[in-house]
Amino acid sequence: MADTAIGDMYKLLLCWRYLRTRWIALASVISVTLGVATMIVVNSVMAGFSHEMQTRIHGILSDIVFESHSLSGFQDPQWHIEEIERAAGDQIAGMTPTVAVPAMLSFQVRGQWVTRQVMFIGIDPRTHAQVSDFGQYLQHPTNREQLSFSLREGGYDTTDSQNPTETPTRPALEHAGWPHRRMRVERERLWKERLETKKSAENSATRSVDQQVQAVLAATSPEDISTEAASDATEDGESRKNPFQTARPAQGRVMDLAKEQFTGIVPGIGLASFRNRQGVDQFLTLPGDDVKITFPTAGTPPKAVSDNFTIVDFYESKMSEYDSNFVFVPIEALQRMRGMIDPQTGIPSVNSIQIRLKPDAKLNEVRDRLREVFPSDLYAIASWRDKQGPLLSAVDMEMAVLNILLFLIIAVAGFGILAIFFMIVVEKTRDIGILKALGATSSGIAGIFLGYGLFLGLLGAGAGLVLGLSITYNINQIRQAVEWCTGSRVFDPSIYYFFQIPTIIDPVTISWIILGAIIIATGSSVLPAVRAARLHAVEALRHE
Amino acid sequence: MSDLEMPPKIAPMLETRQVCKQYQSGTTTLEVLRGVDFTLEKGGFLAVVGQSGSGKSTLLHVMGLLDAPDSGEVWIDGQRIDNLPGREKDRLRNSAIGMVFQAYHLLPELTALENVLAPLLIRHGIFDWFTQRGIAQEKAKVLLDRFGLSNRLHHRPRQLSGGEMQRVAIARALITDPQVLLADEPTGNLDEESGAGIIEALAELNRDKGLSIVLVTHDADIASQARGIVRLAAGTVDIMDPGAADSAA
Repeated sequence: MADTAIGDMYKLLLCWRYLRTRWIALASVISVTLGVATMIVVNSVMAGFSHEMQTRIHGILSDIVFESHSLSGFQDPQWHIEEIERAAGDQIAGMTPTVAVPAMLSFQVRGQWVTRQVMFIGIDPRTHAQVSDFGQYLQHPTNREQLSFSLREGGYDTTDSQNPTETPTRPALEHAGWPHRRMRVERERLWKERLETKKSAENSATRSVDQQVQAVLAATSPEDISTEAASDATEDGESRKNPFQTARPAQGRVMDLAKEQFTGIVPGIGLASFRNRQGVDQFLTLPGDDVKITFPTAGTPPKAVSDNFTIVDFYESKMSEYDSNFVFVPIEALQRMRGMIDPQTGIPSVNSIQIRLKPDAKLNEVRDRLREVFPSDLYAIASWRDKQGPLLSAVDMEMAVLNILLFLIIAVAGFGILAIFFMIVVEKTRDIGILKALGATSSGIAGIFLGYGLFLGLLGAGAGLVLGLSITYNINQIRQAVEWCTGSRVFDPSIYYFFQIPTIIDPVTISWIILGAIIIATGSSVLPAVRAARLHAVEALRHE
Repeated sequence: MSDLEMPPKIAPMLETRQVCKQYQSGTTTLEVLRGVDFTLEKGGFLAVVGQSGSGKSTLLHVMGLLDAPDSGEVWIDGQRIDNLPGREKDRLRNSAIGMVFQAYHLLPELTALENVLAPLLIRHGIFDWFTQRGIAQEKAKVLLDRFGLSNRLHHRPRQLSGGEMQRVAIARALITDPQVLLADEPTGNLDEESGAGIIEALAELNRDKGLSIVLVTHDADIASQARGIVRLAAGTVDIMDPGAADSAA
């Protein structure tokens, strides 16, 4: 017992004295520090990006997507929902049917038609909120609570509701909704009038400019708005009961575009705007504008059909792949227009059923259970992770490679410690002889150098921890400082969809980094320590 | 021969029996010790003299367990020690044997006081030390005070003169209350006056405390101050004069 305890004290004393007098060893401490700090920062930022990306991917996707291979879909979603319920109902929190078809979206920008390829998705506004965070991404506060495909009487957010303080405002959205629509209709009417008056030319008396202005003001007078707002509110309530209500006026009647809308759609914000170098969104079209969408019918062969739609809101998931690709529409409208409702029975078809699981449910387990029940040649059942599998695994791979490379920095520091320690052993050979003459054991001598290595490791890792955490916590201020110094943008918000560098500090990862650094530092001192322990006392004493 | 003259019941303090030691230097083998029989009585003070290369220091290293003999035996106080396991040898070096060297061999990072405490620092574990520390420091201060170093406690070795360093080294050798003190040319690096002071201190320790001392030197004057002289020549004992019977013990 006493034997094993021999020599703790002089080891500590000597380690401490060596650390104080051998500043060269601090060079290796610095490289350990830098390695640890870099690893902490990189891991935190990568984890932040990865998490941000996953929430965005997941935000719009439900947990499990139950799809048909065919574009025409499968019949009777209610029966499928019941079957899914029976297979894995204990883990399911909500389900909603959707129809998704590729489509072409065309809208006018200053008289020019812009056409974009989109994914046209029919959703059920009543149940869709149960399966995804879709509602959170809308621009109108009331729509965020309960989505309606009716155009709103203004009130759209002029700031990014998900990040109101740090992002530039969007003044264009201030007039979006019915006011924008009325302005547009009036402008078009005046334009048409001017063309006609030009045609009927000189002899007919033209309306004075004053009269035209009066006409515009009359069209958008405050009392007019208030009455419209009131009628809009009642329409809102009806539209919830009957989503087809606003789709088309009665046959043969000419629509009053200033007061009526086509079927509402919610396109991604990336379809309607682009982000300039300053990170400000420039809108090409606004809620209240009409667009044309061309999509295939459900028959064989599919025929392309077109219809007019009115933009009622934008959604912004911050995942550009979705924001510039998806257009949402009420599912009944899309089913009807595509001919997906059986004319005899009235039973609709859908493309897919989105399934949201309970918080503690096992994603893959539910997916596998459903795959057992439903034949795979008819249905594709995938989790949101499967859907974005290549992307997620690319990020994981990137992180793994980065970690290996960065860990090599610490390994280099380890070799530094190895070299410096061999130097110290040579330099201190005589002292080692003295200690042996005074009765120090070989393991005690080895312990001095191991303890010294451990000290360096702890010191380096500790300093690295402090440095890494302070950089991580202040990374956005550091970015701003660098941008201010260099005058160039380090982190371009027109490329990334967020204005802040996201970070996540994971204690487990940090523990591993610290542990690895300490093990490397201590491990590098093993060889010099063994060499010191094996020195012959008499020869060591003769060493000059 | 010499051990036959001794009364058998009293074991000598330190004894070597037919110790041989050779060094391999390239292709040539250097026989340093060729069967040395050496005896130090309890309370004895022997000077080992001889020319350079006669094996004085090697003999001292073998006796101090710093080097192992190729053959022969080393006994201390009736116990054979040359065949003990490493840890036991370490323990004996730490407690039973005190050593003083020509080059002082103080640890440059430690103060005079810490150097004196070094053997006890090595002996005690960290928790042990907290209970022993007060006693040990007091003892070290008393020792340094005896050698006139009470105003040098917190000086580093490089701030001390040669004589002071050697006195610190002797204090370090004595802190463990060793049974035997082995001094290897302790005056070799010192001027005459400091050297005389060191030898006087050793003689006093032998006289007053009955400490058994082996003093290796090449200086006949210094050797004459010991009680007996052993002369080594060509790796064997040439002349053995155990000196006057120790009346002090």
